[in-house]
Formats: sequence, structure tokens, C-alpha cells
Amino acid sequence: MPQANVTMNVRHPNSAVSIIDIAGQVTAFAENVLMDAYTEASNETTRAVILNFSELEYMNSSGIGLLVTLLIRAQRQKQQLLAYGLNDHYRQIFDLTRLDEAIALYSSEAEALAAVG
Amino acid sequence: MAEDKEQPRGAWAPAVERLSVSDVPEGAINLNLEGRVPVSPLQGFGPLWQKSFRIRLRGLDKSPAEVMAIWKAEFPRFQPPGNNFYPTLAGVQPGELIFIDSAVSAMPGVLPAIPIASGVRVIFADDETFTIMTPQGFPEAGWNTFATFEEDGSTWAQVQTMARTSDPIYEFGFRFMGGSRFQDETWHHVLTSLAGYLGVNDEWVQVRKVCIDPRIRWRGITNVWHNAMIRSMIGMPGWALRKILGRGREQKKGW
Repeated sequence: MPQANVTMNVRHPNSAVSIIDIAGQVTAFAENVLMDAYTEASNETTRAVILNFSELEYMNSSGIGLLVTLLIRAQRQKQQLLAYGLNDHYRQIFDLTRLDEAIALYSSEAEALAAVG
Repeated sequence: MAEDKEQPRGAWAPAVERLSVSDVPEGAINLNLEGRVPVSPLQGFGPLWQKSFRIRLRGLDKSPAEVMAIWKAEFPRFQPPGNNFYPTLAGVQPGELIFIDSAVSAMPGVLPAIPIASGVRVIFADDETFTIMTPQGFPEAGWNTFATFEEDGSTWAQVQTMARTSDPIYEFGFRFMGGSRFQDETWHHVLTSLAGYLGVNDEWVQVRKVCIDPRIRWRGITNVWHNAMIRSMIGMPGWALRKILGRGREQKKGW
């Protein structure tokens, strides 16, 4: 099985919010890393999970598919899924795939945290 | 695609609000595409499924990129009879449409006779992958990704769908009228045809199905307004008439 070229670090700014810092390439091979990160990010007090794409190097269509799976998992837990740090290219891809209708996009971590309230 | 190997960089299509048809391939019916909004798995009606179909091209001396180049170039050839795909002249490229004329059965076990004319848009392509996105009215809302890769010393070909049925009529068809089985058979046919074309026979298709979201998305009930099957049944007589009249006019000019 090919290895993922991605690392994900989970932070907990407060008990209701978790941030997953994504660095590297989000492709089909990132599935286990992303789902493990979500498991670490999510607990009974988590109301929102924020994806930090500031260090994203590459994402293909399989990576977009992984985000749909993640979104459904978060919705089942009644959690918001938000994102920040996407460059213009990937913002356009979120628009193309209509993911931006379900994952709210912000320019900075502070904006995303403020949106959670 | 091992860790130390450079990832192929793909190209994405530009985002569009609605599809615009400008280049209709010879033979394509061209219904239910113009002005339709592309839809993701988040906009359909039925449960969300991820289905993977893959075949090992054992003994084939071609790289994943070489196989993908053939797959893209000969894409319509691998479809089952009655499932007619018409790429534009530009071929399978990001932003291009693929027109599809197909038919579905009125009931399980009966030959497909209800026409569906629609199409899909290519939204992503690289040397080893391409992904298509469906428009409003298509039987499923979502994406299909066609990929080739190397594993265990062989090149593999894979079709992966991430989609929901678009509306309650298609959901009924998928659940009770053999639609789901018809779709499975289609991807089996595509992969075994591709393998056969490359000289690989007697390989079986591996299937993995995961229901990502079992819930019905009730908001999608209004999608039935765009249902391409209903609109094809209504639109086909007019299309046929225009075609006959057009041919008549061409013959008259010839006289």
C-alpha cells in the first residue's frame, strides 16, 4: 500500500473546537491519516472541527472525496466543519465541487474560530 | 505512487454555475445538459454510496499512465451496448462534456427501453486519473473517478463512484427496479472490456461498496423536476422530428 505524503496535527483551542493542521498532499492515500486525525479531534464536547489548509501542497479529486466522507461523519456527530488557509486555486475547486456550500471557508484561524462563536 | 515518487499534478476544470453546450459530437442527442447545474454528492436525494470497482491487469507491460492514455482515448468503446458515450472533439479533458445516451428498464429483467439522454462534465484529469461530475437530472448526483495505479507489481484500473441517486424516482429504480445492479454490471463491463482490449483476460473485478450516509436527503425531493429520464421521454419525439426534418432539408438542398 503506497504511503501518504501528508501529516495532520490536531489542536484543541478550547473544549468545543478542534483544529486539524494539514501539511502535504490530500489524495486517496491520505484516508487513514485524515480519519485518524478526525477521531483524535472529535469527542463528546466537540461542536466544530476546523481544517487548516495553510500547508496544503496538493489535493486531487480523491482528496475532495475524502472531505465529503469527513463532512458526513461530522454531520452525524452534529458538528460543524469549517476550513481556512486555502489558496485561490483550491477555493475555486471547493466552488467547482460545491463543497463550499457545506464547508464554510475562512481566511484565517481567528475568523474561523469567531464563526464557531 | 510511492512516497518518494512525484505525484502527477492534475488539472481542474474552471467552476461554472451552469453547463453550456457549444460542441455537440456527431450522433449525440444533446438533451438535459444545456443550463443544468453540476451537482455533487451533497445535492442528491438517496443514501450516499462509495463504490469501487477494480481489475488487475496482470502481466500487462504498460504503466498506469499508458493505460490511462488508452482509457481516455477509447473511453466510449468500453461501454456496454446501448450505453452510448460521446466525448467532445477535445476528448476527456477538464471542462469538457461527455454526452451520454442510454436506456433503463421499466422493470427488473426486462431489456432497457426507457431512454435517458444527458451527460457529464470532466472536472479533473491527470496522467493516471480523471473525474466526472453529474448535472441536475442525471440518475446520480456526484462524481465518478477513473484511475489507474500500480500495486503488487501490476497495473490496476479502477472506477470509483461517490454519489446518491438524484431524486425519488431514480431511488425507487435503483432499489426496486434493478438500477443498482445495472450500474454494477456497467462498471464490470467497462473494466473487463478495457482489460480485454489490452489483452488481459480471465481477471475478475473486485468490488467494494460503502454506504457513507444512509440517510435520505429529503430536500432533494424537488430534484425530480429536472429528471432526465422523464424529460428524455418528453423531449425525444421532438428531437427525432427535428432530425428527420433536418435530414429532409439537407436532401432537398442536394436535389
